[in-house]
Amino acid sequence: MALSREQIAMRIAQELQDGFYVNLGIGIPTLVANYVPDNMEVMLQSENGLLGMGPFPTEDQVDADMINAGKQTVTAAKGASIFSSAESFAMIRGGHVDLTVLGAFEVDQEGNIASWMIPGKLIKGMGGAMDLVAGADNIIVCMTHASKHGESKLLEKCSLPLTGAGCIKKVVTDLAYMEIDNGAFILRERAPGVSVEEIQQKTAGKLIIPDHVPEMTF
Amino acid sequence: MAGFNKVVNSYEEALAGMTDGMTIIAGGFGLCGIPENLINQIKTLGVKDLTIVSNNCGVDGFGLGVLLEDKQVKKMVSSYVGENAMFEAQLLGGELEVELTPQGTLAEKMRAGGAGIPAFYTATGYGTPVAEGKEVREFDGRKYILEESITGDFAIIKGWKADRYGNVIYRHTAQNFNPMAATAGKITVVEVEEIVEPGELEPSQIHTPGIYVDRLILGTFEKRIEQKTVREG
Repeated sequence: MALSREQIAMRIAQELQDGFYVNLGIGIPTLVANYVPDNMEVMLQSENGLLGMGPFPTEDQVDADMINAGKQTVTAAKGASIFSSAESFAMIRGGHVDLTVLGAFEVDQEGNIASWMIPGKLIKGMGGAMDLVAGADNIIVCMTHASKHGESKLLEKCSLPLTGAGCIKKVVTDLAYMEIDNGAFILRERAPGVSVEEIQQKTAGKLIIPDHVPEMTF
Repeated sequence: MAGFNKVVNSYEEALAGMTDGMTIIAGGFGLCGIPENLINQIKTLGVKDLTIVSNNCGVDGFGLGVLLEDKQVKKMVSSYVGENAMFEAQLLGGELEVELTPQGTLAEKMRAGGAGIPAFYTATGYGTPVAEGKEVREFDGRKYILEESITGDFAIIKGWKADRYGNVIYRHTAQNFNPMAATAGKITVVEVEEIVEPGELEPSQIHTPGIYVDRLILGTFEKRIEQKTVREG
C-alpha cells in the first residue's frame, strides 16, 4: 500500500534528532510537526521571521501580527525568538538550519529539484524555496512518486524550471525512501506491501536497487 | 525648528513628493505588517508606472492589491504573488511586469541597498532561471551568482511603536521585511500604532533607529488576517 500523507510525515519524522532546528515547507512537510517523538526537542523555523513556532492559537489568542510562512495564524513556543527577514535568511543561507523538508514537482538523479513554476500554468513564485535548497545541507524532499496519470516525478533530468541544482540527497515518497548519489536514486526502503518492481516501474531516472530493501517501519 | 521630530500629521504630507515612475519599497509579509494606510494613500494620489518592491502583492481589494485596480503598477519585484487573481490576470495580459526574486535574496537586496553595498554573491538561484544573465563566480569550489542591491525613491513601513525621533519597534512577526525596507528608501515613511516621547523606548530594543526615518505618522489599522487557523481551546 502506498503511504498516506500522514505516513510520509511519520517516516520523515524518523530523521529528526534531539536539538534540531527544522524548517518545514507547506503541505505534507507541515505535518511532520505532529510526529516529533515525545523524548525529543526540536525547534521549528518559519522563514517570515520566527524560530520556535508553536501550535495554532485558540480563538482568543488569534493575533494578526503572529503568522507563519504559510500566512496562517500561529503562536510562539516557549523559548522562541522573532526577527527580520534578513536575519531569518541569514540562518537559512548561512547553513544554520539542521533539517529542511519541502515538497517538489520533480526531482532528478543529479539532485536537481523543480518546485516553483509550471510554465504557462502556474506563476506564483519561489518564495523562500530557492534559499532553503541552496543553504541547507540536510534536505528531505517529500512528494508522490508519480502523478495522478502515473507519470514518474523521479526523473533522469527535470523538465520544469529548477529551484536548485544538485542539492537534493534524500527523497521520501508514498512508495519509497531513496537517497541520491553519484547520478542515481538508491532505493533504501519501500513502503509496507509495495514491491521493488512497482517502484522500479514508477521511477524514470536511474534506480540502484541494493540486494536487501527493507520495508519501512513505523 | 523641527529638529529630530519626524512626525507628520496627514497622509498627504506623509507621501508628499511621490510622482509617476518611482520605485517604492514596501515592508510586510502577506498581509502581516503592511503599511495599509500608506498604500491607500498611493491609490488616492493616483501616481502611475510604479515599480513596487515587496515580498507579496497583497490580495484583491486589500494591501498592495488595491494599486492594481487602477493599473498604477508597472512592475513588481516579489518572491511570491500567489494569492491575487487580478495580479495574475494583468501579468498574463502583459500589462504588468514581474521580477520573481527568491525571498532571502530580496531581503538581502534591501539590506545591501540600505547599507551602501551595490551587489553581493549568493548561491541562491544558481543553476535556475533566476541566474540567467547574471555573473557567476566560484568561491571555495562552489558557484555563486551576483545579485544587485535595491534602493527606492520611497520606502513605506508599518511599525508598532515609535518615538517622535523615528526610533521604531515592530510587533511580533509584523517585523519581517520592514527593518530592511526602512534602510533602503531615499525617503522612508513609517506609520505606527502609537507614538511616544523620546526616552520612553528602551534604546537597546529599537529595531529601526531614527536615522533611517524621514517621516512618521500615527495610523489606525484593520490588520486583516489572510488565513485564520485555530485549535480547540
